[in-house]
Amino acid sequence: MLVSLLALPLGLFAQGNILTAVAPPRVTAQKNSVVTVKVAVQLRNGYHVNSNSPEDDYLIPLKLSWTSDPLLTEAVVYPAPKKEKYAFSQKPLSVFTGDFEIATRFKVPPAATPGLRVITAKLRYQACTHQECFPPKTVEVKLPVDIVN
Amino acid sequence: MKAISRRRSLPLTLGSMAALLAACNSRSVKAAAVKPEKERKNAPEFSLKDSQGRAAKMSDYKGKVVLLNFWATWCGPCKIEIPWFIDFEQRFKDRGFAVLGVSMDEDGWEVVKPYLESKKINYRVVIGNDQTADLYGGVSSLPTTFLVDRLGRIAGVHVGLVSKSVYQDDIEQLLDQKTSRAGEPAGTAPRAVRAG
Repeated sequence: MLVSLLALPLGLFAQGNILTAVAPPRVTAQKNSVVTVKVAVQLRNGYHVNSNSPEDDYLIPLKLSWTSDPLLTEAVVYPAPKKEKYAFSQKPLSVFTGDFEIATRFKVPPAATPGLRVITAKLRYQACTHQECFPPKTVEVKLPVDIVN
Repeated sequence: MKAISRRRSLPLTLGSMAALLAACNSRSVKAAAVKPEKERKNAPEFSLKDSQGRAAKMSDYKGKVVLLNFWATWCGPCKIEIPWFIDFEQRFKDRGFAVLGVSMDEDGWEVVKPYLESKKINYRVVIGNDQTADLYGGVSSLPTTFLVDRLGRIAGVHVGLVSKSVYQDDIEQLLDQKTSRAGEPAGTAPRAVRAG
């Protein structure tokens, strides 16, 4: 309300630092094994993002997509969503808030060439507060992977 | 207008700041979203296609009070406002009022058209883009709603969800207002003054 009264510059509401996603600084992956990596996500207090499985088709889900060559992405495991009620929703929404982790299981092929690689993921999300929503955004996460015999 | 000037001339003491904060919940401040005429700037012109493929321009609405609502299908708070806007369109249309929705959905009509049908939206909607948002100060959160007076000037803006009564007060104030082209004092004083 006060915001509308003072007509603050809209740019102040940029989505810049609402969410941060950080991968481990480096992982070691043995050939012909399975490696699990957790991406730590921090969401600013007072904000929520839709979970990976929102119940309304119009809502934009959180999604982590890897470009992991030469590793094979076996599964992305999201945390259990929270069911929260907001002023604008008639029923509780499936959301993530605060700090959470997204785990990814990678298969390291037996033929993978040893050495250091950097694989990347894109985390797409759409955040809201109780009063307003921000456009969907994608952040990139980089993961250095040391493939060893 | 005089009351506004007087209020502005007061020194910003702790007392007056406290009074201002206390007034945040009152009707007088609630209605103050409508700016005095001399502070209004022209609503930027754009030309965007509506769901029928016809070009919609802000200049088409000269002479009308317009509620220009930036929204998206993925925006929960926007969903709450839609029935209010449907009601306003129906109730105030004959008094020279129109709602114009600007959808910021990246997927365009593919998602917006079914949504309009499912919500039975009775007002005009166009698909916006970054350029449109930039014209209006870089709309970066939704809903963002501009109230445009009969002379095509931005009379107020609401960022985020506000109540239906706030919009209704703003609309009625603008519909009642006798605007003057040169930005002379309006025929109807802002409600903030009358209530203050």
